[in-house]
Amino acid sequence: MEALSSLIAGFGVLADPMNIVYMFVGIMLGVLIGVLPGLGGANGVAILLPLTFAMSPVSAIIMLSSIYWGALFGGAITSILFNIPGEPWSVATTFDGHPMAQKGKAGEALTAAFTGSFIGAFFAVVLITFMAPIIAKFALKFGPAEFFAVYLLTFCSFVGMGKEPPAKVLAVMALGFALAAVGIDTVTGQLRMTFGSVELLRGFDFLVAVIGLFGVGEILLTMEEGLAFKGKSAAINMRVVLHTWKQLPKFWLGCLRSAVVGCWMGITPGGATPASFMSYGLAKRFSKRGNEFGKGELEGVVMPEVGAHAAGTAALLPMLTLGIPGSPTAAVLLGGLLIWGLQPGPLLFVEQKDFVWGLIASIYLGNIAGLLVVLTTVPLFAAILRVPFSVIAPIILVVCAVGAYTVHNATMDIAVMLVFGVIGYVFKKLDYPLAPLVLALVLGDMAESSFRQAMLVSQGNLGIFWSNPLVGSIVTLALVMLFWPLISAGIQRLRGGGAKHAAAE
Amino acid sequence: MDPQNAAHEHTVTRRTMDIVVALLFMGLAGLVMADSWRIGARWASDGPQAGYFPFYVGLIMMVASVTTLLQNLLTRHPDRANFVDRSQFRSVLQVLVPTIAYVVLIAFIGLYVASAIFIAFFMWWLGKYKPLLIVPVAIGVPLVLFVMFEVWFLVPLPKGPLETALGY
Repeated sequence: MEALSSLIAGFGVLADPMNIVYMFVGIMLGVLIGVLPGLGGANGVAILLPLTFAMSPVSAIIMLSSIYWGALFGGAITSILFNIPGEPWSVATTFDGHPMAQKGKAGEALTAAFTGSFIGAFFAVVLITFMAPIIAKFALKFGPAEFFAVYLLTFCSFVGMGKEPPAKVLAVMALGFALAAVGIDTVTGQLRMTFGSVELLRGFDFLVAVIGLFGVGEILLTMEEGLAFKGKSAAINMRVVLHTWKQLPKFWLGCLRSAVVGCWMGITPGGATPASFMSYGLAKRFSKRGNEFGKGELEGVVMPEVGAHAAGTAALLPMLTLGIPGSPTAAVLLGGLLIWGLQPGPLLFVEQKDFVWGLIASIYLGNIAGLLVVLTTVPLFAAILRVPFSVIAPIILVVCAVGAYTVHNATMDIAVMLVFGVIGYVFKKLDYPLAPLVLALVLGDMAESSFRQAMLVSQGNLGIFWSNPLVGSIVTLALVMLFWPLISAGIQRLRGGGAKHAAAE
Repeated sequence: MDPQNAAHEHTVTRRTMDIVVALLFMGLAGLVMADSWRIGARWASDGPQAGYFPFYVGLIMMVASVTTLLQNLLTRHPDRANFVDRSQFRSVLQVLVPTIAYVVLIAFIGLYVASAIFIAFFMWWLGKYKPLLIVPVAIGVPLVLFVMFEVWFLVPLPKGPLETALGY
């Protein structure tokens, strides 16, 4: 019940009308970002972050998280109307969403997608409301060894759960940590990997990297595909909305399943993209009309959206309670907290009650507001997509350049952004995942300092990571995750005969 | 796609690119390890030295990239798919080269004027628009940025001779 009273206090923070204005501005910007190619949740928030330095942290986080919700909603618009996923997590939405639009049921598909997003987010935020205080209280007892163990688990799960080749995941992760280490070592004050360059003294800012990797890289990829937007038009009116809503209750079991999958993938750093695919796959398997999936099934639109949005929202749970973001966008928000002078982690729930509960309350309101905004403004955003790419692309690149510059007021950063753009393009093409790179870049310093503190405590004895049951089980779990590709290959070899048998059935 | 066209579109295989990127990773890992070793990657009397953590990060990068390299060299089914079609590569360069020029230009004439030139060039070259449509967009976008950043949020962006002449 403590959570409920804190939540009510959180809604009190939102009573400031300016915060509501920021919320709507954030959602509109977010939908715009979600619709435009090359701009997504992570780099959109990164570009707008410097503009919020002057605001109070509460207003700033409300606006930035609203951008995130807006982007999550917006991805569905392009998927359904144009068959172009605006965000990676809306790829699964195109499978049934676009066929529906081709049949002239675009309005229904959009309503279903938005409502699905809302259901997923709502489920996740209820989870956050009740789980976050418990986890935070528990995590207050964590020492440096425990924190490092949790970091280790985060990074190892990328290896164990990612669909990319494990060696490539490890390589980009190490790259992220190495880039994070460039500059002045915070403990000893020594210069690391600057090679005598003054520009490198500042190190690499992950915001610049995010804008390059996701923004510029995405534009290059889009350009390669040769864009010709050929969209379906959509009209949403009350009748379509109500008609669609009437069909939704019968999918409650599927929604619950997708929401659980989404929350799990969001808390572990699986992220929204695999969550949407898994939800779609599960729905296809369990639905009575599974064979009809891919031809324009309403259920096939709802489920991936529930999963994606639940994951996107749940990604904030580990960020707030442990200081570990569950997705690249959550990582950028975490970077924002650090810039505003707030240390994410369990202490946040003790020292910054207003901030935390204001944010959680804003997730509730933001998603209701988001649902209303997208249902009413779809034609407007669909019209933006009809602006040809040769006009949109240079404008997005200019916006990215501005975003990269404003992080540190450094012209050099614009060039760095461009280099990261090319890296992002090549990595995407060669199946190197970008999320571990960004997370390593954000968490590098914190992971390193907790490791070094733990090592200081134990006088360099790695045994500290098995010194009590809690830290021992987290580290062991992390190692299982790390070697999971080898373990699962081993299991498969052992059961080689059985697997073949199963395949024959 | 007929074979002749396929040959025409051929650039490099994905396998070649994989090997090149793995080698670059290895070079970088070597650099990280060497520099960390230089500043001390061992255990001092007061705890780990500054290069301790980065050294092992470099080592992980090295091992992972060597694995990728060996996988690509030793596999019996190398991925000979085309990394990027020639025509696609041209489209990518059509964006990349002007963007590089744009970034260089920012350093000399400021962000606003460079943006106007960049947008105008892009619309004219790739979009084949008429000046009547190009000019409002190319001038309007930097103007909106100017009002938003310099006037509203008081965040200064790089400026050049034109802005100085106008008194900013």
